[in-house]
Amino acid sequence: MSDCGLEGSAPGLFGPLRLDLPEGCVTCLLGASGVGKSTLLRLLAGLPTGVVFEGQVQRLPAALMAQEDGLLPWLSVAQNVTLGARLRGERAADPAALLAAVGLAGFEARLPGTLSGGQRQRVALARTLAEDRPLVLLDEPFSALDARLRLEIGALALRLLAGRRVLIVTHDPAEAARLGDQILILTRAGLMPHPAPKGAVPRAHDAGEVLEAQAALMERLLA
Amino acid sequence: MKGLALALLLWQAGVWATGLPPYLLPGPWAVGQALVAHRGELAPATALTGAATLIGLALGAGLGVALALMMAAWPRLGRAFAPLLIVSQSIPVFALAPILTLWLGFGMAPKLAMVVLITFAPVAQALHDGMRAMPTARADLAQVMGASRRAVLWHLALPGALPQLASGLRLAAVYAPLGAVIGEWMGGAQGLGALMLHANGRMKTDLMFAALLVVIALALLLQAVVNRGLQNALRRRGFEC
Repeated sequence: MSDCGLEGSAPGLFGPLRLDLPEGCVTCLLGASGVGKSTLLRLLAGLPTGVVFEGQVQRLPAALMAQEDGLLPWLSVAQNVTLGARLRGERAADPAALLAAVGLAGFEARLPGTLSGGQRQRVALARTLAEDRPLVLLDEPFSALDARLRLEIGALALRLLAGRRVLIVTHDPAEAARLGDQILILTRAGLMPHPAPKGAVPRAHDAGEVLEAQAALMERLLA
Repeated sequence: MKGLALALLLWQAGVWATGLPPYLLPGPWAVGQALVAHRGELAPATALTGAATLIGLALGAGLGVALALMMAAWPRLGRAFAPLLIVSQSIPVFALAPILTLWLGFGMAPKLAMVVLITFAPVAQALHDGMRAMPTARADLAQVMGASRRAVLWHLALPGALPQLASGLRLAAVYAPLGAVIGEWMGGAQGLGALMLHANGRMKTDLMFAALLVVIALALLLQAVVNRGLQNALRRRGFEC
Protein backbone atom coordinates (compact mmCIF):
# COMPACT_ATOMS: atom_id res chain seq x y z
CA MET A 1 0.00 0.00 0.00
CA SER A 2 1.24 3.46 -0.89
CA ASP A 3 1.90 6.24 1.61
CA CYS A 4 -1.54 7.75 1.18
CA GLY A 5 -4.78 5.95 0.44
CA LEU A 6 -7.01 3.28 1.85
CA GLU A 7 -7.81 -0.37 1.43
CA GLY A 8 -10.79 -2.20 2.82
CA SER A 9 -14.55 -2.41 2.70
CA ALA A 10 -17.60 -0.88 4.31
CA PRO A 11 -20.22 -3.65 4.54
CA GLY A 12 -23.51 -2.48 3.10
CA LEU A 13 -21.92 0.42 1.22
CA PHE A 14 -18.96 -0.81 -0.83
CA GLY A 15 -17.06 -4.05 -1.18
CA PRO A 16 -13.29 -4.50 -0.87
CA LEU A 17 -11.49 -1.73 -2.70
CA ARG A 18 -8.16 -0.02 -2.81
CA LEU A 19 -7.57 3.68 -3.36
CA ASP A 20 -4.09 5.08 -3.89
CA LEU A 21 -3.37 8.77 -4.00
CA PRO A 22 0.04 9.13 -5.68
CA GLU A 23 2.19 12.12 -4.93
CA GLY A 24 1.69 15.20 -7.08
CA CYS A 25 -1.33 13.63 -8.73
CA VAL A 26 -4.91 14.84 -9.00
CA THR A 27 -7.29 11.94 -8.48
CA CYS A 28 -10.88 12.38 -9.52
CA LEU A 29 -13.31 10.04 -7.81
CA LEU A 30 -16.48 9.82 -9.86
CA GLY A 31 -19.70 8.10 -8.93
CA ALA A 32 -23.43 8.40 -8.53
CA SER A 33 -24.92 9.83 -5.35
CA GLY A 34 -24.98 7.44 -2.42
CA VAL A 35 -22.29 4.98 -3.54
CA GLY A 36 -19.89 6.14 -0.85
CA LYS A 37 -17.61 8.65 -2.60
CA SER A 38 -17.84 11.11 0.23
CA THR A 39 -17.39 8.30 2.75
CA LEU A 40 -14.01 7.51 1.17
CA LEU A 41 -13.03 11.17 1.35
CA ARG A 42 -14.16 11.44 4.94
CA LEU A 43 -12.16 8.35 5.86
CA LEU A 44 -9.07 9.97 4.37
CA ALA A 45 -9.84 13.18 6.24
CA GLY A 46 -10.31 11.32 9.51
CA LEU A 47 -13.89 12.53 9.81
CA PRO A 48 -16.82 10.53 11.22
CA THR A 49 -18.60 8.58 8.47
CA GLY A 50 -21.46 6.75 10.13
CA VAL A 51 -20.36 3.47 8.53
CA VAL A 52 -18.13 0.67 9.75
CA PHE A 53 -14.96 0.58 7.67
CA GLU A 54 -12.95 -2.62 7.79
CA GLY A 55 -9.45 -2.05 6.55
CA GLN A 56 -6.70 0.48 6.85
CA VAL A 57 -6.34 4.12 5.94
CA GLN A 58 -3.02 5.85 5.27
CA ARG A 59 -3.58 9.48 6.09
CA LEU A 60 -1.60 12.64 5.54
CA PRO A 61 -2.29 16.03 7.07
CA ALA A 62 -5.15 17.28 4.92
CA ALA A 63 -7.00 20.41 3.93
CA LEU A 64 -10.70 20.13 3.15
CA MET A 65 -12.91 22.02 0.74
CA ALA A 66 -16.54 21.03 0.36
CA GLN A 67 -19.55 21.95 -1.72
CA GLU A 68 -20.75 24.10 1.13
CA ASP A 69 -18.16 26.85 1.51
CA GLY A 70 -18.40 26.80 5.31
CA LEU A 71 -17.49 30.48 5.54
CA LEU A 72 -18.25 32.06 8.89
CA PRO A 73 -20.59 35.00 8.29
CA TRP A 74 -19.26 37.01 11.23
CA LEU A 75 -15.61 36.90 10.11
CA SER A 76 -14.12 39.05 7.39
CA VAL A 77 -12.82 37.44 4.21
CA ALA A 78 -9.25 37.73 5.53
CA GLN A 79 -10.19 36.14 8.87
CA ASN A 80 -12.03 33.34 7.08
CA VAL A 81 -8.97 32.58 4.97
CA THR A 82 -6.79 32.30 8.08
CA LEU A 83 -9.41 30.38 10.09
CA GLY A 84 -7.17 27.34 10.55
CA ALA A 85 -4.47 29.35 12.32
CA ARG A 86 -7.12 31.03 14.44
CA LEU A 87 -8.61 27.69 15.49
CA ARG A 88 -5.21 26.25 16.35
CA GLY A 89 -4.22 29.38 18.28
CA GLU A 90 -1.38 30.14 15.87
CA ARG A 91 -0.31 33.43 14.41
CA ALA A 92 -1.97 33.87 11.05
CA ALA A 93 0.05 34.77 7.97
CA ASP A 94 -1.05 37.74 5.87
CA PRO A 95 -3.69 36.36 3.48
CA ALA A 96 -3.28 39.19 0.93
CA ALA A 97 -1.18 37.15 -1.52
CA LEU A 98 -3.58 34.20 -1.39
CA LEU A 99 -6.57 36.45 -1.93
CA ALA A 100 -4.84 38.03 -4.90
CA ALA A 101 -4.11 34.56 -6.28
CA VAL A 102 -7.79 33.62 -6.21
CA GLY A 103 -8.74 36.95 -7.80
CA LEU A 104 -10.03 38.64 -4.68
CA ALA A 105 -7.37 41.27 -4.04
CA GLY A 106 -8.80 44.03 -1.87
CA PHE A 107 -11.63 41.89 -0.50
CA GLU A 108 -9.91 41.40 2.90
CA ALA A 109 -12.39 43.37 5.01
CA ARG A 110 -15.60 42.23 3.30
CA LEU A 111 -18.07 39.97 5.09
CA PRO A 112 -19.05 36.71 3.33
CA GLY A 113 -22.69 37.80 3.19
CA THR A 114 -21.76 40.48 0.68
CA LEU A 115 -20.11 38.02 -1.76
CA SER A 116 -21.52 36.08 -4.69
CA GLY A 117 -21.50 32.28 -4.75
CA GLY A 118 -18.41 32.19 -6.97
CA GLN A 119 -16.55 34.68 -4.79
CA ARG A 120 -17.42 32.69 -1.67
CA GLN A 121 -15.99 29.55 -3.23
CA ARG A 122 -12.85 31.49 -4.12
CA VAL A 123 -12.49 32.47 -0.47
CA ALA A 124 -12.95 28.82 0.50
CA LEU A 125 -10.21 27.92 -1.98
CA ALA A 126 -7.88 30.53 -0.46
CA ARG A 127 -8.65 29.11 2.99
CA THR A 128 -7.77 25.62 1.73
CA LEU A 129 -4.49 26.90 0.30
CA ALA A 130 -3.69 28.77 3.51
CA GLU A 131 -3.64 25.42 5.31
CA ASP A 132 -0.69 24.42 3.11
CA ARG A 133 -1.16 20.66 3.59
CA PRO A 134 0.36 17.85 1.52
CA LEU A 135 -3.08 16.34 0.88
CA VAL A 136 -6.04 18.36 -0.36
CA LEU A 137 -9.52 16.84 -0.26
CA LEU A 138 -12.20 18.44 -2.41
CA ASP A 139 -15.75 17.15 -1.87
CA GLU A 140 -17.93 18.28 -4.79
CA PRO A 141 -16.35 21.71 -4.42
CA PHE A 142 -17.81 23.24 -7.56
CA SER A 143 -21.23 21.53 -7.74
CA ALA A 144 -23.16 24.53 -6.52
CA LEU A 145 -21.66 26.83 -9.16
CA ASP A 146 -23.00 27.56 -12.61
CA ALA A 147 -21.30 25.95 -15.62
CA ARG A 148 -19.01 28.86 -16.40
CA LEU A 149 -17.83 29.41 -12.83
CA ARG A 150 -17.33 25.69 -12.48
CA LEU A 151 -14.82 25.81 -15.36
CA GLU A 152 -13.12 28.95 -14.11
CA ILE A 153 -12.77 28.07 -10.46
CA GLY A 154 -11.97 24.44 -11.17
CA ALA A 155 -9.08 25.45 -13.41
CA LEU A 156 -7.93 28.09 -10.93
CA ALA A 157 -7.98 25.58 -8.09
CA LEU A 158 -5.88 23.07 -10.01
CA ARG A 159 -3.33 25.68 -11.04
CA LEU A 160 -2.92 26.77 -7.43
CA LEU A 161 -2.83 23.21 -6.11
CA ALA A 162 -0.32 22.00 -8.71
CA GLY A 163 2.25 19.62 -7.26
CA ARG A 164 0.08 18.54 -4.33
CA ARG A 165 -1.75 15.31 -3.78
CA VAL A 166 -5.36 16.13 -4.54
CA LEU A 167 -8.55 14.08 -4.31
CA ILE A 168 -11.60 15.52 -6.01
CA VAL A 169 -14.91 13.80 -5.35
CA THR A 170 -17.40 14.64 -8.08
CA HIS A 171 -20.52 13.38 -9.81
CA ASP A 172 -19.74 15.35 -12.95
CA PRO A 173 -18.01 13.33 -15.72
CA ALA A 174 -16.92 16.54 -17.47
CA GLU A 175 -15.16 17.69 -14.32
CA ALA A 176 -13.37 14.37 -13.94
CA ALA A 177 -12.28 14.44 -17.58
CA ARG A 178 -10.91 17.98 -17.27
CA LEU A 179 -9.29 17.77 -13.88
CA GLY A 180 -8.14 14.21 -13.22
CA ASP A 181 -4.59 12.87 -13.70
CA GLN A 182 -6.11 9.69 -12.39
CA ILE A 183 -9.82 8.98 -12.83
CA LEU A 184 -11.59 6.41 -10.68
CA ILE A 185 -15.22 5.35 -10.87
CA LEU A 186 -16.96 4.11 -7.76
CA THR A 187 -19.98 1.88 -8.34
CA ARG A 188 -21.70 -0.85 -6.34
CA ALA A 189 -19.27 -3.25 -8.04
CA GLY A 190 -16.23 -1.46 -6.68
CA LEU A 191 -13.60 1.08 -7.61
CA MET A 192 -12.40 1.00 -11.22
CA PRO A 193 -9.86 3.18 -13.02
CA HIS A 194 -10.68 4.91 -16.25
CA PRO A 195 -7.92 6.14 -18.58
CA ALA A 196 -7.46 9.87 -18.25
CA PRO A 197 -7.22 12.03 -21.38
CA LYS A 198 -3.74 13.18 -22.39
CA GLY A 199 -2.41 16.55 -21.37
CA ALA A 200 -1.71 18.34 -18.16
CA VAL A 201 -4.60 19.29 -15.92
CA PRO A 202 -6.60 21.48 -16.00
CA ARG A 203 -7.51 20.46 -19.54
CA ALA A 204 -9.58 22.51 -21.95
CA HIS A 205 -13.25 21.63 -21.63
CA ASP A 206 -13.68 21.41 -25.42
CA ALA A 207 -10.60 19.33 -26.29
CA GLY A 208 -11.59 16.29 -28.32
CA GLU A 209 -10.09 13.79 -25.92
CA VAL A 210 -11.73 15.43 -22.95
CA LEU A 211 -15.12 15.29 -24.62
CA GLU A 212 -14.57 11.64 -25.54
CA ALA A 213 -13.54 10.78 -21.98
CA GLN A 214 -16.56 12.66 -20.66
CA ALA A 215 -18.87 10.62 -22.90
CA ALA A 216 -17.17 7.36 -21.97
CA LEU A 217 -17.39 8.19 -18.25
CA MET A 218 -21.06 9.05 -18.57
CA GLU A 219 -21.58 5.73 -20.32
CA ARG A 220 -19.95 3.88 -17.44
CA LEU A 221 -21.94 5.80 -14.85
CA LEU A 222 -25.18 4.86 -16.62
CA ALA A 223 -24.18 1.22 -16.98
CA MET B 1 -51.87 53.23 15.82
CA LYS B 2 -55.25 52.72 14.16
CA GLY B 3 -55.70 49.52 16.14
CA LEU B 4 -54.92 51.36 19.36
CA ALA B 5 -57.42 54.11 18.58
CA LEU B 6 -60.07 51.52 17.76
CA ALA B 7 -59.39 49.65 20.99
CA LEU B 8 -59.73 52.86 23.03
CA LEU B 9 -62.97 53.69 21.21
CA LEU B 10 -64.42 50.24 21.85
CA TRP B 11 -63.33 50.47 25.46
CA GLN B 12 -65.07 53.82 25.95
CA ALA B 13 -68.15 52.56 24.08
CA GLY B 14 -68.24 49.52 26.33
CA VAL B 15 -68.18 51.70 29.42
CA TRP B 16 -71.04 53.82 28.12
CA ALA B 17 -73.09 50.88 26.88
CA THR B 18 -72.83 48.82 30.06
CA GLY B 19 -73.06 51.79 32.40
CA LEU B 20 -70.60 50.10 34.75
CA PRO B 21 -69.46 52.35 37.62
CA PRO B 22 -65.86 53.64 37.35
CA TYR B 23 -64.68 51.49 40.28
CA LEU B 24 -65.53 48.40 38.21
CA LEU B 25 -64.53 49.61 34.75
CA PRO B 26 -63.15 53.11 34.24
CA GLY B 27 -63.11 54.44 30.70
CA PRO B 28 -59.93 55.44 28.92
CA TRP B 29 -60.63 59.10 29.63
CA ALA B 30 -60.84 58.44 33.38
CA VAL B 31 -57.67 56.36 33.24
CA GLY B 32 -55.91 59.14 31.37
CA GLN B 33 -56.97 61.58 34.07
CA ALA B 34 -55.70 59.22 36.76
CA LEU B 35 -52.42 58.96 34.88
CA VAL B 36 -51.96 62.71 35.09
CA ALA B 37 -53.37 63.15 38.60
CA HIS B 38 -51.19 60.41 40.12
CA ARG B 39 -48.02 61.14 38.18
CA GLY B 40 -46.31 61.93 41.49
CA GLU B 41 -46.84 58.34 42.60
CA LEU B 42 -46.49 56.72 39.20
CA ALA B 43 -43.15 58.25 38.21
CA PRO B 44 -41.03 56.89 41.09
CA ALA B 45 -42.84 53.57 40.90
CA THR B 46 -42.05 53.37 37.19
CA ALA B 47 -38.40 54.15 37.80
CA LEU B 48 -38.23 51.41 40.42
CA THR B 49 -39.97 48.78 38.30
CA GLY B 50 -37.92 49.81 35.29
CA ALA B 51 -34.70 49.45 37.26
CA ALA B 52 -35.72 46.03 38.59
CA THR B 53 -36.60 44.96 35.06
CA LEU B 54 -33.33 46.10 33.52
CA ILE B 55 -31.03 44.88 36.28
CA GLY B 56 -32.91 41.60 36.56
CA LEU B 57 -32.84 41.10 32.81
CA ALA B 58 -29.10 41.73 32.71
CA LEU B 59 -28.51 39.31 35.59
CA GLY B 60 -30.86 36.69 34.12
CA ALA B 61 -29.32 36.96 30.66
CA GLY B 62 -25.82 36.74 32.15
CA LEU B 63 -26.77 33.68 34.16
CA GLY B 64 -28.42 32.13 31.11
CA VAL B 65 -25.37 32.70 28.93
CA ALA B 66 -23.02 31.34 31.61
CA LEU B 67 -25.21 28.27 32.08
CA ALA B 68 -25.40 27.60 28.32
CA LEU B 69 -21.62 27.92 28.03
CA MET B 70 -21.07 25.46 30.85
CA MET B 71 -23.59 23.06 29.35
CA ALA B 72 -21.83 23.26 26.00
CA ALA B 73 -18.38 22.88 27.53
CA TRP B 74 -19.38 19.84 29.59
CA PRO B 75 -21.84 17.81 27.52
CA ARG B 76 -22.75 15.55 30.45
CA LEU B 77 -23.77 18.58 32.44
CA GLY B 78 -25.67 19.77 29.39
CA ARG B 79 -27.62 16.54 29.09
CA ALA B 80 -28.47 16.64 32.78
CA PHE B 81 -29.54 20.28 32.74
CA ALA B 82 -31.46 20.48 29.46
CA PRO B 83 -34.65 18.87 30.81
CA LEU B 84 -34.37 20.92 34.02
CA LEU B 85 -34.41 24.09 31.96
CA ILE B 86 -37.69 23.09 30.38
CA VAL B 87 -39.14 22.19 33.77
CA SER B 88 -38.00 25.50 35.22
CA GLN B 89 -39.99 27.31 32.57
CA SER B 90 -43.20 25.57 33.56
CA ILE B 91 -42.91 26.58 37.23
CA PRO B 92 -45.74 28.99 38.10
CA VAL B 93 -43.51 31.76 39.42
CA PHE B 94 -46.42 33.34 41.30
CA ALA B 95 -46.24 30.42 43.67
CA LEU B 96 -42.62 31.20 44.44
CA ALA B 97 -43.07 34.91 45.06
CA PRO B 98 -44.09 34.70 48.75
CA ILE B 99 -41.22 32.39 49.60
CA LEU B 100 -38.76 34.65 47.77
CA THR B 101 -40.03 37.53 49.90
CA LEU B 102 -39.53 35.45 53.02
CA TRP B 103 -36.00 34.60 52.00
CA LEU B 104 -34.90 37.92 50.59
CA GLY B 105 -36.98 40.54 52.37
CA PHE B 106 -39.11 43.32 50.92
CA GLY B 107 -36.53 45.29 48.97
CA MET B 108 -35.12 44.98 45.47
CA ALA B 109 -33.70 41.48 45.96
CA PRO B 110 -36.86 39.37 45.66
CA LYS B 111 -37.93 41.34 42.59
CA LEU B 112 -34.58 40.77 40.94
CA ALA B 113 -34.75 37.10 41.86
CA MET B 114 -38.15 36.88 40.22
CA VAL B 115 -36.93 38.54 37.01
CA VAL B 116 -33.84 36.34 36.93
CA LEU B 117 -35.98 33.24 37.50
CA ILE B 118 -38.25 34.10 34.64
CA THR B 119 -35.56 35.18 32.15
CA PHE B 120 -32.51 32.95 32.56
CA ALA B 121 -34.07 29.77 31.17
CA PRO B 122 -35.14 31.04 27.73
CA VAL B 123 -31.71 32.61 27.26
CA ALA B 124 -29.84 29.49 28.38
CA GLN B 125 -31.98 27.18 26.33
CA ALA B 126 -31.82 29.24 23.14
CA LEU B 127 -28.05 29.68 23.33
CA HIS B 128 -27.42 26.04 24.19
CA ASP B 129 -29.60 24.83 21.34
CA GLY B 130 -27.88 27.25 19.00
CA MET B 131 -24.41 26.08 20.01
CA ARG B 132 -25.39 22.46 19.52
CA ALA B 133 -26.89 23.10 16.11
CA MET B 134 -23.55 23.88 14.48
CA PRO B 135 -23.63 23.04 10.75
CA THR B 136 -21.78 19.80 9.92
CA ALA B 137 -19.67 21.61 7.31
CA ARG B 138 -18.22 23.83 10.03
CA ALA B 139 -17.57 20.96 12.41
CA ASP B 140 -15.82 18.98 9.65
CA LEU B 141 -13.67 21.93 8.71
CA ALA B 142 -12.66 22.53 12.32
CA GLN B 143 -11.76 18.89 12.85
CA VAL B 144 -9.64 18.68 9.71
CA MET B 145 -7.96 21.95 10.70
CA GLY B 146 -7.00 20.39 14.00
CA ALA B 147 -9.05 22.67 16.25
CA SER B 148 -9.37 21.82 19.94
CA ARG B 149 -12.83 21.37 21.45
CA ARG B 150 -12.42 24.63 23.27
CA ALA B 151 -11.49 26.48 20.10
CA VAL B 152 -14.55 25.02 18.36
CA LEU B 153 -16.83 26.18 21.15
CA TRP B 154 -15.29 29.61 21.39
CA HIS B 155 -14.63 30.45 17.73
CA LEU B 156 -17.40 28.54 15.97
CA ALA B 157 -20.26 27.39 18.19
CA LEU B 158 -20.65 30.51 20.32
CA PRO B 159 -20.49 33.20 17.65
CA GLY B 160 -22.54 31.00 15.33
CA ALA B 161 -25.31 30.79 17.93
CA LEU B 162 -25.80 34.54 18.04
CA PRO B 163 -29.13 34.44 16.14
CA GLN B 164 -30.52 31.88 18.59
CA LEU B 165 -29.17 33.84 21.55
CA ALA B 166 -30.96 36.88 20.14
CA SER B 167 -34.29 35.02 20.07
CA GLY B 168 -33.74 33.95 23.67
CA LEU B 169 -32.98 37.52 24.71
CA ARG B 170 -36.05 38.82 22.88
CA LEU B 171 -38.19 36.36 24.80
CA ALA B 172 -36.48 37.29 28.07
CA ALA B 173 -37.18 40.97 27.38
CA VAL B 174 -40.88 40.14 27.00
CA TYR B 175 -40.94 38.29 30.31
CA ALA B 176 -38.71 40.60 32.36
CA PRO B 177 -41.25 43.38 33.17
CA LEU B 178 -43.75 40.68 34.03
CA GLY B 179 -41.31 39.22 36.55
CA ALA B 180 -40.68 42.59 38.15
CA VAL B 181 -44.40 43.33 38.50
CA ILE B 182 -45.12 39.88 39.94
CA GLY B 183 -42.33 40.41 42.44
CA GLU B 184 -43.76 43.76 43.49
CA TRP B 185 -47.29 42.45 43.52
CA MET B 186 -46.45 39.68 45.92
CA GLY B 187 -43.90 41.20 48.19
CA GLY B 188 -42.84 44.67 47.21
CA ALA B 189 -43.83 47.78 49.09
CA GLN B 190 -42.95 49.97 46.12
CA GLY B 191 -43.04 49.91 42.34
CA LEU B 192 -45.83 49.63 39.81
CA GLY B 193 -46.89 46.17 40.98
CA ALA B 194 -47.31 47.34 44.58
CA LEU B 195 -49.08 50.48 43.39
CA MET B 196 -51.55 48.36 41.43
CA LEU B 197 -52.16 46.15 44.45
CA HIS B 198 -52.83 49.11 46.71
CA ALA B 199 -55.01 50.83 44.13
CA ASN B 200 -57.01 47.64 43.82
CA GLY B 201 -57.42 47.41 47.57
CA ARG B 202 -58.73 50.96 47.74
CA MET B 203 -61.08 50.43 44.79
CA LYS B 204 -59.11 53.03 42.83
CA THR B 205 -59.59 51.10 39.65
CA ASP B 206 -58.65 54.06 37.45
CA LEU B 207 -55.22 54.24 39.10
CA MET B 208 -54.88 50.47 38.76
CA PHE B 209 -55.51 50.76 35.03
CA ALA B 210 -53.17 53.74 34.76
CA ALA B 211 -50.38 51.71 36.37
CA LEU B 212 -51.20 48.81 34.07
CA LEU B 213 -50.88 51.10 31.05
CA VAL B 214 -47.48 52.25 32.28
CA VAL B 215 -46.38 48.61 32.68
CA ILE B 216 -47.47 47.87 29.12
CA ALA B 217 -45.69 50.97 27.80
CA LEU B 218 -42.56 49.98 29.72
CA ALA B 219 -42.67 46.46 28.30
CA LEU B 220 -43.20 47.66 24.73
CA LEU B 221 -40.38 50.19 25.03
CA LEU B 222 -38.02 47.55 26.40
CA GLN B 223 -38.92 45.15 23.60
CA ALA B 224 -38.39 47.82 20.98
CA VAL B 225 -34.98 48.79 22.38
CA VAL B 226 -33.84 45.18 22.76
CA ASN B 227 -35.06 44.25 19.27
CA ARG B 228 -33.31 47.20 17.71
CA GLY B 229 -30.06 46.51 19.55
CA LEU B 230 -30.08 42.82 18.66
CA GLN B 231 -30.91 43.53 15.04
CA ASN B 232 -27.97 45.89 14.79
CA ALA B 233 -25.65 43.44 16.51
CA LEU B 234 -26.73 40.61 14.19
CA ARG B 235 -26.37 42.71 11.07
CA ARG B 236 -22.93 43.95 12.10
CA ARG B 237 -21.85 40.34 12.47
CA GLY B 238 -23.03 39.40 9.02
CA PHE B 239 -26.21 37.56 10.00
CA GLU B 240 -29.37 38.20 8.08
CA CYS B 241 -32.34 39.24 10.10
